[in-house]
Amino acid sequence: MMLDDFLIRAALAGLGVALAAAPLGSFVVWRRMAYFGDATAHAAILGVAVALAVSTSVFVGALAMSLIMATTVSTLSGRGFAMDTMLGVLAHSALAFGLVAVSFLSGVRIDLMAYLFGDILAVSRGDLLVIWSGAALVIGLLIWRWQALLTATLSPDLAYASGIDPRREQLVLTLSLAVVVAVAIKVVGVLLIAAMLIVPAAAARPLSATPERMAVIAALIACASTLGGLRAAFHLDTPTGPTIVCVAALIFAATTFGAMLLRRRQDAPAS
Amino acid sequence: MRLIETKGLSVRLGGTEVLHDVNFFLERGEIVTIVGPNGSGKSTLLRAMIGAVRLSAGSIHRAPDLRIGYVPQKLHIDPTLPMTVTRFLGLPQRHKDTDLRAALEQAGLPDLRDRQMADLSGGQFQRVQLARALLERPDLLILDEATQGLDQPGSAAFYRRIEEVRRDLNCAVLMVSHELHVVMSASDRVICLNGHICCEGHPEIVAQAEEYRALFGSGTQGALALYRHEHTHLHDHPQSHKAAE
Repeated sequence: MMLDDFLIRAALAGLGVALAAAPLGSFVVWRRMAYFGDATAHAAILGVAVALAVSTSVFVGALAMSLIMATTVSTLSGRGFAMDTMLGVLAHSALAFGLVAVSFLSGVRIDLMAYLFGDILAVSRGDLLVIWSGAALVIGLLIWRWQALLTATLSPDLAYASGIDPRREQLVLTLSLAVVVAVAIKVVGVLLIAAMLIVPAAAARPLSATPERMAVIAALIACASTLGGLRAAFHLDTPTGPTIVCVAALIFAATTFGAMLLRRRQDAPAS
Repeated sequence: MRLIETKGLSVRLGGTEVLHDVNFFLERGEIVTIVGPNGSGKSTLLRAMIGAVRLSAGSIHRAPDLRIGYVPQKLHIDPTLPMTVTRFLGLPQRHKDTDLRAALEQAGLPDLRDRQMADLSGGQFQRVQLARALLERPDLLILDEATQGLDQPGSAAFYRRIEEVRRDLNCAVLMVSHELHVVMSASDRVICLNGHICCEGHPEIVAQAEEYRALFGSGTQGALALYRHEHTHLHDHPQSHKAAE
């Protein structure tokens, strides 16, 4: 069977995360929620610790804790706190508490590195099912709410005037973010999930004239990074999750500098 | 037919009461302008009408299925968000290509459909915003200082366009403006706001009203006084503004 090959399973897991994370990441970029993604992802490590302590599924623990964090941040953001400071505090303290909590689990042998940086080569068939279900849920939500999400992102007031409640759309994004974090832990680990959200979207920006094109191109870039990263990691014997993010970052550098050079050439007087 | 009506509307923002006991209504087909000094709650009132502001007291009653077209004072599009004119006009509802072309033509714009919103001039941007609001075929059009940044012929053309729109769609128009002389002639009713409604009525009547003169002075000098206005009701005769300069 095809799925017997761990590399095939790894590729499918990575593609599932890439397809959901990139379009969601576009919203994270447009709405300037980068730190929001970090806080949610870092909270997941605390969820992992709690799940292991009460011996339940790591996915459930991470999802629950990410949801709590995402909802908290989402609620606070409407109340006029200095958001960058607040998010910085929440993101890093969630990570610190998570790491401390994990250290209490001395009886259990856990590979902390696997949760921090992912362990894509150890993805099981069950993991694949969870990842693709989560990805399908997020992609479905985004497509279903697309017009309303985009209007609310453009301007909350324009949304209100058209009978769209921007707070409800924010909730859709919050929920999607928690799901993506929970399914992405296995693939890139909590420290680099935010990168999978933001880097492909940022790389797609110079190539895009419309929001839809940006989301699709971001997804393609994320998929290419996943496959390229897997291959590079295999040949170079490097950790897979970070290698995937490195490939995405190189693509970002290429599109951004390419666009800058192109603009400079266009602006230069014809001689 | 009343499209929208507020009763005892009050709004607090960050502990200060911005609007207090505002009662007013709009009927189909009328153009109503809100005037008032900076910080008098004009924008807040408009935002309350679209449902974007929580009321601290009072209520807003909207006609069932009321469609609102809203043109905000400033619309900042984040540079990370690519947005063509076509895509902008298609929010929140997509429209047929022929409708988009017609909307741009009626707005007096060339075919800008493939241009980025960020590349438009100030005047083009405002007219595209109006076109977007009109594509929703609103019952009520709300404009918050829509002519800001337009030159005088530009804003005169804008107000002529509003009159056409009212005639074509038979909608109500509610706007905030600083350009008193233009507004006065283009409006059926003027509401003078300073935290509460100071006075309202036909433009000529409001222009003569004690409260209005206290806020804005009289004649062309009044239009100037608007920008130097101090936020209180205790005003001397308008001449004192001049004397103070």
